[in-house]
This record gives sequence, C-alpha cells and structure tokens, in this order.
Amino acid sequence: MHRSLLVLVLLASAGTVAAEPFVPADDAVVLERLPSAADPELRALRERLERQPDDLRLAVGLARRYLEIGRREGDPRWAGYAQAVLAPWWDRPLPPADVLLLRATLRQNRHDFDRALADLTLVLRMDPRHAQAWLTRALILQVRGDYGAAAESCLAFQRLRPSLLATACIAGVTSLSGGAEPAYRLLARAVGAAPPTTPDRSWALTTLAEIAERLGWTDLAERHYRDALAGERDVYLLAAYADFLLDAGRPGEVMELLDGESRADALLLRRALAARRLGLPEAADLVRDLEDRFAAARLRGERTHLGAESRFTLQLLGRPAAALELALENWRLQREPIDARRVLEAARAAGDAAAARPVLDQLAATRLEDARLEPLARRPEEQP
Amino acid sequence: MTRPYVLLALLVVALPAAAAAHKPSDSYLTLRLDGEAEGRWDIALRDLEHALGLDADHDGAITWGELRARHEAIAAYALARLEVARGKGVCTARTLEQLVDRHSDGAYSVLRFALDCPDDAGPWSVGYRLFFDLDPTHRGLLRIEGAGAAAVLSPERPTFELASPGGDVWRTLREYGREGVWHIWTGFDHLLFLLALLLPAVMRRRGGEWQAVERLPTALGEVARIVTAFTVAHSLTLSVAVLGWVALPTRWVEAAIAATVVLAAANNLRPFLPFRGWLVAFSLGLIHGFGFAGVLVDLGLPGKELAVALFGFNAGVELGQLALVTAFVPLAFLMRETWLYRRAVMGAGSFAVAAIALAWLVERGLGLGFMPF
Repeated sequence: MHRSLLVLVLLASAGTVAAEPFVPADDAVVLERLPSAADPELRALRERLERQPDDLRLAVGLARRYLEIGRREGDPRWAGYAQAVLAPWWDRPLPPADVLLLRATLRQNRHDFDRALADLTLVLRMDPRHAQAWLTRALILQVRGDYGAAAESCLAFQRLRPSLLATACIAGVTSLSGGAEPAYRLLARAVGAAPPTTPDRSWALTTLAEIAERLGWTDLAERHYRDALAGERDVYLLAAYADFLLDAGRPGEVMELLDGESRADALLLRRALAARRLGLPEAADLVRDLEDRFAAARLRGERTHLGAESRFTLQLLGRPAAALELALENWRLQREPIDARRVLEAARAAGDAAAARPVLDQLAATRLEDARLEPLARRPEEQP
Repeated sequence: MTRPYVLLALLVVALPAAAAAHKPSDSYLTLRLDGEAEGRWDIALRDLEHALGLDADHDGAITWGELRARHEAIAAYALARLEVARGKGVCTARTLEQLVDRHSDGAYSVLRFALDCPDDAGPWSVGYRLFFDLDPTHRGLLRIEGAGAAAVLSPERPTFELASPGGDVWRTLREYGREGVWHIWTGFDHLLFLLALLLPAVMRRRGGEWQAVERLPTALGEVARIVTAFTVAHSLTLSVAVLGWVALPTRWVEAAIAATVVLAAANNLRPFLPFRGWLVAFSLGLIHGFGFAGVLVDLGLPGKELAVALFGFNAGVELGQLALVTAFVPLAFLMRETWLYRRAVMGAGSFAVAAIALAWLVERGLGLGFMPF
C-alpha cells in the first residue's frame, strides 16, 4: 500500500515535470540528440551480433563498447544493454573469463561489491596473470576501505603492467592509509615524467588532485584538477572538482563548470547545491528533479545513490536525522573518505556524536589524512 | 594495447561516485480501466532508438519526422509486449494517437491507445515485457487511474493484478459496512441518542408515569420499532445529502444532532414531545443522517457504486446499533422493575445524557472546543 502511494506521488510529480504531450510543429524539430546513433561501427557490431548472438567474442566486444558509451554519456541504461548482450552466459556460475570480468564490472556498478569480488576471484583463479582483474579488484577493495588487500592488488597489477595507471593505483591506496605525502610525491613524479599523450593521464591527475586536497594543499590541488580538465572531462572528475569549488566557497564557478551538464545525477546535485548557495531561482527546480530521481531509485531498489541522497537530504532539504540514517546505510556499503564525510556531517548536524563513532574509529585505524574531515572529527568541545 | 582495459578501469572507478548517474531506463504506463478502457504509454526515444532504430539518416539527432516515420513500428513493437486482460479474456489494443513529451531525462514517445476487452467483468491483469530482453534494468512504471494503484514492473515481477475497480460489489459493501460500524461506535452523540431512546423502551407511559412493560416480546417490539425508525430516518437523509439534493452546513448539523439528544433525554425525564417511541426516533433521527453524510464524503465515494456504498454504510451503522441494543436491552428488561432502573438509570441517566448533550450543543453551536469527546 505504501509503495503504491510512493509510486503514485512519484508519477504525479513526474507528471508535473512532463507537462502535456504535444505534436511538434515541424518534421525538422530535433527531439533528442544521441551521438551513438550516428556510430556506424556500433551498428555494424550490433547487426553481426544479432545474426550470431552466441558468438562470445562479438558479444564481449559489443558489451565493452556499450559500457564505454555509458561512461561517456553518463547514462546507466547502457550498462543494462551490456548485460542483455551477455545474456547467454550471464547466469552461469562459471562463464568465460571475459564475461566474468564484465559481470564483475556491472555488479560493481550496482554496488553489488561482494558478488563482484567473487567474480574477480574466479577470474584470477583461472588466470592469475589477468591484469584487468587485479586492477578492478584493487579499486573495489579501495572503495570498501580494505586498503591492505587493495595495495596487494595494485602491486600485482603493476607487476603485470607497469604504467602510470598502476602508479596511480598504488598512490591512491597509500594516500588513504597513512602515506599521503610519499604517495603524492611518487605520483607527481610519475605524472611529470609521463608524456602528455599517456593514456589515463587525466585519471592520474584527478587522483593527484584528490591526494593534494586531502593534504590541504589547495593550490596544488586546483592546478591538478585544471590540468585534468584539459584532458578527458568525465563525470567523476567534474564532480570532484565541483566539490573542491564548493568547499572553497566558489559556487559561481561550479555553475560555469557544470553549465549544460545534464548527464549525471551526481552533477545535478552539485549544480543544485551551487544554485542554492547563489540563491538562484532554478535551485527549486533542481531540487525537485533530484527528489524525483532519488525516489525513483528507491522504488527500483537501487542503493547506489545513498551518499548523494544523504548530502541532498542534509544540505538541500535540511533534515539531519534522515540524512544521518542514509549516510550510515551508505557507510555499510562503502568506506571512502567522501562516505565518511557524509556520516560526520550528518552526525554533527543531528547532534548525534555516538553515530559518528564507528566512522572515527575506522579513520583512526586506517590513519587517513584528510584535511576536510579533520574539523568534523574534532569533538564538539574542541571546536573553536 | 593498454586502451581496452584502461577504459574499463576508469569506468570502474568513475561509476561509484558518479553511479548516481543519468536516470536508468523507465517507461511510464498509465491505464484508465473504468468506463472506456484506455492507456497512455510514454517510452524514451533513447530506448526506442536502441530497440528499433529511429535515426534514419544516422546523424545522431532524432527529428519528429524520423519519429513519425516509425510510429507504426513503435506501436506494434510496444503493444506486442503489453498484455492487458480482463476476467478470462485478453484485450486488444488499438492505437489512438502518438505524440511526444519531455521528461526530466529526455524526450519520450507518447502512445495513446484504447483497449477492447471481450469480458466486461472480472479482475484486470497487466503483463509487461517491454525491453526486458534488451535491458534487464528497464522498469515499467505502471499507474492505474481511478483505482489509485501503482506498481513497478520488472523482469522479476512482470505482472500486476487489480481487483476490478468498477464491479466488485462485495468488496465495496464490506468496506463501507466497516466504516458504518466504526462510525456509529465512535459516534458518541449517535450512541447517546440511541441510548436515550432505548432507556424507556422497557417501560410504558401510563397516566403520566412510567410503568414497566410486562412481557419481553412487547419490549423487544418497541426496541425494534425504535431502532428501525432511527435507521430508516438516517438512511433517508444520508442518501439525500450524499446525492446532493439537500446540503446543510456541518456546524449546524452537528449542533442539531446534539439538540436531538437533549430532546430525547429530556423527554424521558418529563415527556413533552407529542409522540411516542419510534416517532421520536424517526423525527429526530432524520438529523443524524446529515451527520453521517459528512463522513462518507470524507471517505470518498466510488463513482459507479454509490448505491452499494450507501447501502453498505447504512447496514454497517445498523449492525453497530444492534450491538449496542443487544448489550443493553436484555439488561434493561431484567432491571425494569427495580427502583435502580427507574430512578437511577432512567432518571439520572437521562439527566446525565441531557447534560452532556447540552454541553455539546453549546460547544458546537458556538464553535468552541471544550468537550473531551
């Protein structure tokens, strides 16, 4: 009964966003822009796969293409398309290694971390020299806060593929577990030494910027972010830099940075936060859109948005208790500094110091250095 | 050579934080199932492009012209993956028109269709399988207008069943019957009125005095007349009010109800009303029907089953009253000879009822709020 009500409310509000349907005035009116529709290679691949849906190589190739498009456009339905293409092998307990890896990636997308790690373990058992599996494993373990195992996986990856990417992997993990300065120096040197055309340079720069930000070296962090933006501007980078700007009290630049970005909810959230701080009229629309998105995600049973929803609930809806609940639910699944921050901010706003304890314990145990968390971690009595 | 998995690595890391990405694939299906069965289905152009191909000139932009050219194919594709059934018969869908709408994540094709169903009674069921073979994360957001029902259709739960919104007489009867019983049990003013009427039921007026009735059947007959008269009266006015023929202001009605209780109770102490038992119940009971009408309107009335709802509600009220009657009357009959009954129960009791009702009258008439019940 309550689900019914929720769906109804959701659909009603969707109704307000979607006004009345209409007939466009002219045949030439453009309704939607879909760059992937113009891709002849993609079409060719699809046609070939349609003729032979059981062709593993074709399917894996197409699935990878779909994932790439999904990442570029920030559109999760491509992950669904990829999964569909792998349908002949998806439900097997032991699919071919390539499928396993893609399955792990897709599960990881959905924050189904346990199953993703299980898949990766299978891959590595079949092929201990599967570099990609080591890398993916490292990244998932890092999200889970299991830095020891993550570091091992990064090193395994590096042994197989020494590269800027491997260095970034190691530096990232080390910076979160008490070695932020040495990690920065290591990665800065590697980035400096790498020619500008090195693949993943943007990603390495983003990692470097984050390490600098955690060390409180804001000027350096900004330089690295801007360098990264000169390369590939993916959703993660834009979100990270937007957060940097919001922390620095520069919401106007956030609006500029994210102008026209309609891809990801993560970016929608930052735009809403900036708009609210600037007192812009569009803030109300953005808040409403986000409310719909989060409600829809809950309805579909997705749990990938909890951290963002917590931030939204705290900073845009002004409900600390609800935000704390969301942040704690999120913390059960993910343990990155941003997730810790969600709990600490909400706990502080809700006046619930006890709730913050597990997070503070974890931060102490892993010896995380994060300038943004320090003020939140101090006990209220110690506040200036 | 490092490219392929490098991109995947980026994907892996990028998506956790940005995993609250652009909205996943949803379609919006709204059905109206009472009267003419019709539907409206909003399907994202992105999804249609993936399933059917819309961009005829492959320039990365979908125009209205390109969409129009594929309208038939879209309708055929979508409606083939939707099964609406009523009772034992599967309905056929007939396209009415196709338009466009914008949702928060892009443009959608809007398909309006009519449903022709062989069975005109029975529960409805919806079977949905659009895009599940192409995207297991696709969801159909179903809403059934008029019945206030909604559901999320997925590969794991692709069907939805709805009890017929316009034909389940028994369910309506039960629902409104329940409301009727509840309302009389929580309607202290109605209960006190009934009590005031029942107190003298085991007595008879003889020469200006109350005398105990000799035989049980006489008393029961009197009770039956009173209760029936009350029921008939409030049923009449309830129907009249609900149908909109007479509309009385709520405050006035509430105050008037209190007044009837005062009158009935006072009449027990010193009979002044020019008529007896069941006539009192009838004439004063008329007002109570208007009071119930407000409740029913608040509950919301089903369009097609008004009569059933009314009947159900009245029956519920009657049943509720019966409960009071069966609790009270045997006791009263047994005690009717006693001094306790004549003086204390009837006398002081009626006085107390009158006093409470008077307080209600003041409170409701003046729009105050001091009574605890």
